[in-house]
Amino acid sequence: MKFSYYPGCTLKTKAQELEKFALNSAAALGVELEEQKEWQCCGAVYPLAEDEIGTKLSSVRALAEAAQKNEKLITLCAACHHVIKRVNEDMKTKDDVKNKVNNYLQLAQDYQGEAEVIHYLEMLRDEIGFDKLAEKVTNPLTNRKIGAYYGCLLLRPAETMNFDDPENPSIIEEFIKALGATPVKYPYRTECCGGYLSLDNKELAQEMTDNIMKSALKNEVEELVTACPLCKYNLENKNGKIAISYFTELLAEALGVKE
Amino acid sequence: MQRIGVFVCWCGTNIAGTVDIDQVKQAAEKIPGVVNVQDYQYMCSEVGQNLIKNAIKEQKLDRVVIASCSPRMHEATFRKAAKSAGLNPYLVEIANIREQCSWVHKNKEEATEKAIALVRAAVAKATLNTELVPGEIGVEPRALEIGGGIAGIQTALDIAEAGYKVDIIEKTPSIGGKMAQIDKTFPTLDCSACILTPKMVDASTHPNINLYTYSEVEAVQGYVGNFEVTIRQKARSVNADKCTGCGICTDKCPSKKAESEFDEGLRKRGAIYIPFPQAVPNVPVIDREECLKFKTGKCGLCERVCPSGAIEFNQEDTLVTQKYGAIVVATGYDLINLDKFGEYPYTEHPDVITSLEFERLTSAAGPTAGKFLRPSNGNKPKKVVFVQCVGSRDKSSRGKTYCSKICCMYTAKHAMLIKEKYPEIEVYVFYIDVRTPGKNFDEFQRRAVEEYGVNYIKGMVGKVFPEGDKLQVHGVDALSSETLIIDADMVVLAAATKAKDDAQELGRKLSISTDANNFFTEAHPKLRPVETHSAGIYLAGACQGPKDIPETVAQSSAAAAKAIGLLNKGKLVNNPCVSQVDEQICSGCLACTKMCPYEAISSQVIEVKEQGKIVKKTVAHVNEALCQGCGGCTVTCRAGALDLKGFMNRQILAEVDAICL
Repeated sequence: MKFSYYPGCTLKTKAQELEKFALNSAAALGVELEEQKEWQCCGAVYPLAEDEIGTKLSSVRALAEAAQKNEKLITLCAACHHVIKRVNEDMKTKDDVKNKVNNYLQLAQDYQGEAEVIHYLEMLRDEIGFDKLAEKVTNPLTNRKIGAYYGCLLLRPAETMNFDDPENPSIIEEFIKALGATPVKYPYRTECCGGYLSLDNKELAQEMTDNIMKSALKNEVEELVTACPLCKYNLENKNGKIAISYFTELLAEALGVKE
Repeated sequence: MQRIGVFVCWCGTNIAGTVDIDQVKQAAEKIPGVVNVQDYQYMCSEVGQNLIKNAIKEQKLDRVVIASCSPRMHEATFRKAAKSAGLNPYLVEIANIREQCSWVHKNKEEATEKAIALVRAAVAKATLNTELVPGEIGVEPRALEIGGGIAGIQTALDIAEAGYKVDIIEKTPSIGGKMAQIDKTFPTLDCSACILTPKMVDASTHPNINLYTYSEVEAVQGYVGNFEVTIRQKARSVNADKCTGCGICTDKCPSKKAESEFDEGLRKRGAIYIPFPQAVPNVPVIDREECLKFKTGKCGLCERVCPSGAIEFNQEDTLVTQKYGAIVVATGYDLINLDKFGEYPYTEHPDVITSLEFERLTSAAGPTAGKFLRPSNGNKPKKVVFVQCVGSRDKSSRGKTYCSKICCMYTAKHAMLIKEKYPEIEVYVFYIDVRTPGKNFDEFQRRAVEEYGVNYIKGMVGKVFPEGDKLQVHGVDALSSETLIIDADMVVLAAATKAKDDAQELGRKLSISTDANNFFTEAHPKLRPVETHSAGIYLAGACQGPKDIPETVAQSSAAAAKAIGLLNKGKLVNNPCVSQVDEQICSGCLACTKMCPYEAISSQVIEVKEQGKIVKKTVAHVNEALCQGCGGCTVTCRAGALDLKGFMNRQILAEVDAICL
């Protein structure tokens, strides 16, 4: 199984663990992730302005390269996945954006949304299958009560991201279960972590993460996992009584490749 | 040469605003055969019709072309006018210069040019029109009612009272529908069962009404006045003639795992069950999916305890075919599935309920005997939050774009019912708008606010978090822009109404159309609200769109009046635009008989003279009473032996030639 792989800037700086464990696990699972050459910033924030194309270009370059190789594009960072997936949707459905982007990029062949971008979790669920994953677990995380923290970027807008039910998702819980641990559902698992408010309204962001932590504690969650670097940053920077790690760390542990 | 009159209608500014009437007139005058051209603001008015009638008489017109709206709108009007002036109505031709011209164009010059072309085509066809005389068909003096809720019951009673036989087909084991599940009705708060059950009994005992419960429409054939409907009576496994309704079987049934449909899953029922105590007919049915006898072959307890030997495990579905003159569709509605509304943990938390479940919880005959208690722990709630518009007025793919219409009123009713019984319970209602038009409706809702102290909050609920034994409701008060957190004990969701899931399938069987939301489409939204586009088929109740009980009953009586009017005619005028066979050309291949959807074409053997000898020859034969004039056979016939009267090949080609000039 071979995929094009788009890491993104955070994975090379703040979230190196997210990537390291993902790559180790992929190797253990027999999945080849080929990092794209000369990948550029995804745009970081999906541009809401209809006529803004400059910040969409690098996402399109990544997508077009995957399309040209006839490979699915795997992402790992929730923010990169969000941006690239939405830009891809624009390239499929908005003629204006498609024309402008193609006129600007002058690729060998026009790009029209042919590539499929999937998140690492979707790869585990849809390409490998959680049941197959469970078979490959060598070090089951038995008796560990783990809560999923979803954040917003992978789930919304639901029609475009098509990732899971935005209000009542289950993919990470199923993942936790496949690793042999006990997933714990708690009410605030999809509530906002505060996002970039942690930069300019620390108090409010603090209140929001406190609520999430309280809800997790109340439901006897012992550890939290997430797929999003920003969520992790916000949740661990505060009065966190519960440790939060990337889902890939759990995966690597269960597969026996955590070094 | 014919003497053709052309009459150009302005339709106020509908046509005249986009089409230059004078130019159309001038062009019409130049067409060979046209001897009289006139225009008028509203040709369909009495003055306009008189204009046509006088011209026919004075100018001795033998063909009339009206350039106006679609023939669907006024062809019948103008044909009638021509007939009263002594002209065969089928010599009238309509040029549609409104729907197909002025309404769809903006450029006056181009629209005028197109209008002239359409008039030219109509004149060309009219020149070849021939006098046609309609035949007569009988009307079966019996009506079919599909659906046995309040709409179906009301329509059936009205038709039966007028002296005609009516059959009611009801899918579930009892008539009564949604209204039977409701506790009280707005705006009078009278008991739903008290006003419905007598009607159910009336329907079942009326000499002119026959019930087919636990039955479905299998197939529909025929046409107005002469429908032939096949009804599937599902196997009840209980002989209705022998059953006395004593109820021993339902008491003794050891399988009590199925969820009661009538109690919205809030109570269990047996595998053999009567949906509710006042069910009509009072005959149980065996749910074969749940029954141990059917699942394992063991048990059969009901058969042993039945004192009248009514249990029949080997019953099979039976098919009944019956003729009807008219059909009324009254299949009702359902509530949408709330699986996709994860922000309200309906599927996970027993204290989050739908409004229909609320009805069962407050009903004296319901699972709590009318005591309003939390399904999770049986305690009395302290705070109850109602959320309106759950899926209504929702443009996203999980919801419905329309207003469900009944929720504002029943939510006010629910809030008052709680306050009436337990004044100490705090009640909150989240709403987008309060929509309460209707007689005594707004006063009713205001009473909830002003007299009962129900807290109405303009805004939506973002999410409901189960916290311990509470439901933490996070919402926003849009008037003060404050976010609110309410620690509620119960949350009641006003789920959007939706058309029945099988509406489209039934629509196909009946050849009636459904709209984008699968509600059945009326023939005209204002002027023909209970008719469908299929003659003889009428609509009543919420299958046509969301409706409350008063509106449903009014529409049901309207549908009944239309059906009675049809049945009362006894005979119907046949459409003379039917297919005809040129027996000289027909080779007897009978490809047309296979194609005809109405089974109107058969074969016959005729005697013809060939080279001095009389020989027998097989040819196609059209039954004019059955032919609907669809024209399918005319294009199937390789020899061109079939032609449609009123739309002959040469008439159509003349139109094409005239347009392509």
